[in-house]
Amino acid sequence: MIDVKPRRLLTFLCNVLGIGIGPVLADFSKGHALESSPLLKEGQGQGQGQGQGQGQGQGQGQGQGMDSHSNSNCPSGNPLVPFEICDNSKPHHERRSRLKSMQFDDGFPLHEDNARSVYINDPKRTNQNYEFTGNEIRTSSYTLITFLPKNLFIQFHRVAYLYFLAIAALNQLPPLAVFGRTASLFPLLFVLCVTAIKDGYEDWRKHRSDRFENNRDCLVLQDHGIFLPKKWNRIQAGDVVKISADEMIPADIVLLGTSDKSGIAYIQTMNLDGESNLKTRFARQETVPAVTSESCAVTGVIRCEKPNRNIYEFTANMEFNGTKIPLNQTNIVLRGCVLKNTDWLIGVVVSAGQETKAMLNSAAAPPKRSKLEIYMNRETVWLSVFLFVMCSAVALGMGLWLRRHKHQLETLPYYRRTYLNRGPETGKDHKYYGIPMEILFSFLSSVIVFQIMIPISLYITMELVRVGQSYFMVEDMDMHDSSCGSRFQCRSFNINEDLGQIRYIFSDKTGTLTENKMEFRKASVFGKNYGNSMPVPPDTVKSKRRWKLKSEIPVDSDLMALLQKEKDSSSEERVAAHDFFITLTACNTVIPVVSGNRPCSYETKEDDGVVSIDYQGESPDEQALVSAASAYGYTLFERTTGHLVIDKNGEKIRLEVLGMHEFDSVRKRMSVVIRFPNNAVKVLVKGADTSMLRILANDDDIVWHATQDHLNEYSLEGLRTLVLASRDLSEAELEEWQSAYLEASTALFDRATKLRYAASLIECNLKLLGATGIEDRLQEGVPDAIECLRQAGIKVWVLTGDKQETAISIGVSCKLLTPDMEKIIINATSEAHCRDLLVEAKARYGVRSSGKGHGNGKHKTIVDPGMEEDDTAPLALIIDGTSLVYILERETESEASLFDIATACRVVICCRVAPLQKAGIVNLIKSRTDDITLAIGDGANDVSMIQMADVGVGICGQEGRQAVMAADFAMGQFQFLRKLLLVHGHWNYQRLGYLVLYNFYRNAVFVFMLFWYILCTAFSTTSALTEWSCVLYSVIYTSIPTVIVGVMDKDLSQQTLLQYPKLYGAGYRQEAYNIRLFWLTMIDTLWQSLVVFLIPVLTYKNSSIDIWSLGSLWTIAIVILVTVHLAMDVNGWILIMHLAVWGSIFITYGCLLVLDSIPLLPNYWTIYHLACTPTYWITILLVTVVALLPRFTCKVASQVLWPSDIQIAREAEARSKKHGDR
Amino acid sequence: MDLDSGSSSTVGAGVQAIPGRPVRRGALYQFKQQNLPACKPVLTPATVIATFLLMSLIFIPLGLITLRTSNSVVEIVDRYDIECVPEEYRSNKLLYITDDSISKNCSRFLKVPKSMRAPIYVYYQLDNYYQNHRRYVKSRNDKQLLHGLGDNSTSSCKPLESAGDLPIVPCGLIAWSLFNDTFKFNSGSSELKVNRKNIAWKSDRDHKFGKDVYPFNFQNGPLIGGGKLDPNTPLSDQEDLIVWMRTAALPSFRKLYGRIEEDLDADDVIVVQLMNNYNTYSFGGKKKLVLSTSSWLGGKNDFFGVASLFIGAFCMLISIVFLLLHVKNPRPYGDATYTSWNKKSSSS
Repeated sequence: MIDVKPRRLLTFLCNVLGIGIGPVLADFSKGHALESSPLLKEGQGQGQGQGQGQGQGQGQGQGQGMDSHSNSNCPSGNPLVPFEICDNSKPHHERRSRLKSMQFDDGFPLHEDNARSVYINDPKRTNQNYEFTGNEIRTSSYTLITFLPKNLFIQFHRVAYLYFLAIAALNQLPPLAVFGRTASLFPLLFVLCVTAIKDGYEDWRKHRSDRFENNRDCLVLQDHGIFLPKKWNRIQAGDVVKISADEMIPADIVLLGTSDKSGIAYIQTMNLDGESNLKTRFARQETVPAVTSESCAVTGVIRCEKPNRNIYEFTANMEFNGTKIPLNQTNIVLRGCVLKNTDWLIGVVVSAGQETKAMLNSAAAPPKRSKLEIYMNRETVWLSVFLFVMCSAVALGMGLWLRRHKHQLETLPYYRRTYLNRGPETGKDHKYYGIPMEILFSFLSSVIVFQIMIPISLYITMELVRVGQSYFMVEDMDMHDSSCGSRFQCRSFNINEDLGQIRYIFSDKTGTLTENKMEFRKASVFGKNYGNSMPVPPDTVKSKRRWKLKSEIPVDSDLMALLQKEKDSSSEERVAAHDFFITLTACNTVIPVVSGNRPCSYETKEDDGVVSIDYQGESPDEQALVSAASAYGYTLFERTTGHLVIDKNGEKIRLEVLGMHEFDSVRKRMSVVIRFPNNAVKVLVKGADTSMLRILANDDDIVWHATQDHLNEYSLEGLRTLVLASRDLSEAELEEWQSAYLEASTALFDRATKLRYAASLIECNLKLLGATGIEDRLQEGVPDAIECLRQAGIKVWVLTGDKQETAISIGVSCKLLTPDMEKIIINATSEAHCRDLLVEAKARYGVRSSGKGHGNGKHKTIVDPGMEEDDTAPLALIIDGTSLVYILERETESEASLFDIATACRVVICCRVAPLQKAGIVNLIKSRTDDITLAIGDGANDVSMIQMADVGVGICGQEGRQAVMAADFAMGQFQFLRKLLLVHGHWNYQRLGYLVLYNFYRNAVFVFMLFWYILCTAFSTTSALTEWSCVLYSVIYTSIPTVIVGVMDKDLSQQTLLQYPKLYGAGYRQEAYNIRLFWLTMIDTLWQSLVVFLIPVLTYKNSSIDIWSLGSLWTIAIVILVTVHLAMDVNGWILIMHLAVWGSIFITYGCLLVLDSIPLLPNYWTIYHLACTPTYWITILLVTVVALLPRFTCKVASQVLWPSDIQIAREAEARSKKHGDR
Repeated sequence: MDLDSGSSSTVGAGVQAIPGRPVRRGALYQFKQQNLPACKPVLTPATVIATFLLMSLIFIPLGLITLRTSNSVVEIVDRYDIECVPEEYRSNKLLYITDDSISKNCSRFLKVPKSMRAPIYVYYQLDNYYQNHRRYVKSRNDKQLLHGLGDNSTSSCKPLESAGDLPIVPCGLIAWSLFNDTFKFNSGSSELKVNRKNIAWKSDRDHKFGKDVYPFNFQNGPLIGGGKLDPNTPLSDQEDLIVWMRTAALPSFRKLYGRIEEDLDADDVIVVQLMNNYNTYSFGGKKKLVLSTSSWLGGKNDFFGVASLFIGAFCMLISIVFLLLHVKNPRPYGDATYTSWNKKSSSS
């Protein structure tokens, strides 16, 4: 463990440098914050390998077929693209309606006017109109020459910098020069330099990766009809390229042919959508014969859509040999994918470079801002008001003073309006522009003096603190998933404190609550339930095999025995069992990847003949089924489009695949037509119980009833069920089907309907074989974590694609649903029905309306910790996707009532929801409350939800890394959420809340002090403090302890926080930062500033003290005051805090000593004079004590008399510690 | 509430508390897990009462001591700016002060209330004189003061950087407006020596005002602001100027004029012969002469004593209030039944 650390630390430092300071100020304005994420990505060593271009592409988009349920339950059947919903700049309602309309958007038609023509193998003609870009990519934003101006230009988009600039510019005006010119430029130059260095470094990295990308080689068909290597950046649209196995695709290409005769290519889209499994792409049958490995005789025109970022759709057609061939997304391979299991492919480039879908998708997700920061900005406005008032007061005072002394301005020895010399300027005014202008200048120069009232440094401090907090979250071993070695990741540094204020958790089920390691648990074969008896150790059957699975599956001995009966015992049960497993093996889209005789694999060390098989498929369920079948002796060995090879207990069977009807959401089943070696033809079907039980032939016999019972039983156990059936096809049926199938699969339009019709010909009168129960096991610790979060007052909603029964059973098993709960189940079939159900439920359970529905009245969930528990019957809402469509589709009152019911319920489970509906549900809560939402999920189907929620958490699970890429935080298991929220969230929130208030105080007390003094200087904006002290005050003197305390202070130990989850309520009740605390702090600030100003003044009232000595005294007094103030509020002292807190006072003294040793500064030697008088020290003591006395008294009084929960817990902690010591 | 010592000892204890492991690694690991044992100051009623009591015990004696010290300082303050104007000019003091032909001589009689021990500091005090005005504070050139006329520009001295075409040394409003009243003291028949050396900071004399910089073209302008300087004495020896140029922090200020290094007895009468040259009449500034002894706290100032006594009394009061509250209505310390959620459920 220790040897990894230096690297990680370095990585982390990189992140700090890279991300820490830059976005810091960025947040003040908008945007930019996530631009630095590539650093993070590489730093975490997730092996994205090739450059940022592809890497960033993973952030967006959403999987269509990743989660098998989402696939089956998406009502519109369309891939839904969530790009719009993350665009925060759009007004809310517009986004909502957009989101809705997209659900029924059927893709866009291909019109001639928005199509582009690609002439195959004729790049010159293709590019005649210059409408295509080259394949060169540029992710970097600067070149050497443009760096300085462009970087400065971009930097000054941030409001904070503009503020700095304005102040510095004001200071350059002669009448206003309050500070020396260097001192006033110092802060601006500092931040500019730091940001420029960071940006430059990042851009250099991008340059490097771009160069690497652009200089890759690829085989391109050139003039002489042979393939020659060409650099990637010189590839153009229209080029015909050849890709060999394991090579990366250089651009978006339309497949023309592959090494496979049928034109299949297997590709890995890991870089694009994060899915690790192989996907199939097809070359059109028409073009395949024209392509060989050495040549490509295809010419023609491809008319394709304009470049867009939807990676799941592609609309085009190809004119080839005079016919128009439609092309869709199965014919296109996108840039960034890798060719696998296929020797080569040849295709034509249709879009290149920046126009490829991967590049179009590489835009970063919009940065999120924490609620605390939004509130903080509100208070910053108040501070600006203070600033304005103070400056006005000074300006007004100046005006009045000038008017009163109008006639004395010539004679006042300290004013002297005119030049006194006998030169050419005699009698002219010196820096006097008349009273109105003097008032204006006075106002502006007081803005300069009071500039730190707007705590710009707070943004830097906050960012540093968040980086520190992230460091501790990342390092937390309790959130380190040792099983898969993934540690916690902070991908967003802006919303740490939101973790402490979560009110709603929206959780995906599969892979998040459950492990998404599908396990074949139970089977009902021919009415008999298997899977309850003790599994036999797989060794007994293993010896016969010459292959090995990656995982072992326990097999049921009874079923095994049934299968291994003598061949001749052809009882019906035996045949059904045989067909059952043939169906499991054949009726799927899983691709077996045989990796044999690799010298490095450990299997081969034992026995050279053994090969290992890995099943690649889009659905984990299918993988589990195939693996299970293989454990029972039916091993899928080879799959092509035409046939598949099954190893049945060592005997290889070659089955001819006549046709396949893939899974679709209408039929909810898939079927294959197989010709057996003995020429028998069977259709094998597998599907959801609801769709299957209707099309069975024997739908009322014993087997049917038994299976039905088993299905219910499985469902209740939380298993995912599938029903298997088969049928022998007669020659006539086969012919009828074949003609329909052939017609359908070559149809140019309405192919889906025709295919469905063909399927309906054979998917009827099926013979029930049995059912399977696949367990998706709950992750470790999930029920406890959910219980804990619930106690903490967080509402956990589960959004799943599963069916209602499964969802409920999972709800029960993870303790979301308890037996005493009243379940409101809404599964409507029509909109009216849905509304009625809602109204009825509302009436029955007495749910109060939240008032004026939607609109301006954003409703804050009434936080009443006791109340929710006291309700007589806790409610649970179970609602399905169809009803949600009805409700969310139209902004009727149904939405309001759904919201009312949902917020009144303790548990909400949404089943059968499509990915975009998940986002819709999050948005329902987000748009109606101010509460902070958290979405957690692991799959691409959760991306929209994760991006919609205030806080998105990704689980690094089985379903690729897309959720992680889109998330703000990523971790290994759901149960870590408990520690993340209850402990880190609580700490982060408490720390940041205090930090913000303290920063406001720290700057305001300083400014107020300057203000009081200016009142004593005839409003002339003299600062007694040296300009360097003014600049260094928030940068050096007081910054370190602020950051250290912000990162490390703990109000409560993690044990206590986990023991009393209710303590989390302090977060969403906004106890650490609210407007009341702000005003109290400001009153306190006022008092403290008066004290720190007045006590030295009264002490040195009748003395010969000079301005610089008093300034020096003030400097040190205020530094000590704010530091002791901080020290007083520290909750847990560790050594490093002592160093920081007391050290900063010493640092201040050090700085003062240095500054006071420079003879040219007016303050020369002051501190040496002062420090040897006791008066100086007594003054500092008095200032500190008197200033803090009211605060201390109030703090003590509130803690002793009206203790908060946190305070009581602290006391309990201290008490138990004391007892422990004894 | 002894934060300092308490925590460092617990940190030490925490490191030792993990036996078997190398201490460094253990501590680092605990640090990363945020599990380092920390000293958590918790305010129990007892500590609160004790803290306030302790504070009152510190501040009441401190107040008494400083009050006593302040009372031991003898201070004579005499405002002379009005009295020193002859009766006939009282209505038009400006005429008096600007007319060079009128004698500015003036005599003041000061009675010593208590015996004063040497050294007795002689200050002049100006009121309503904004030496801290920004225009004024900036109107100087430190480089010139140290190096004399060189390559440096004197633009910072505006509006008084040159007279005629020649630069002024020392330039600027501050030097120009040098205070120029003079005081001579007689006690009975003998003259009281006023030591006017070492009245400025040594650091100023050595490092801020040049030893070979001589006044030049000073007070040659059309308007004379105040005192003149001996052009043959280097600036580092012009202590009046050095004192004056250390601009005061507040509009009412004292500046050291010199020291009388003789004891004065009670009821002695001191005759002050002063030259009332300095023009504060144009803006209504007051001029005062101050003779004061000194203590370890500096001059006479009751503020410390009063403030300390007040703090002490306040802390005492608070501690009594807390004591009474605690006795009357004690809250079990660290009792989880008092948390809001427990209270809620028990009340309903």
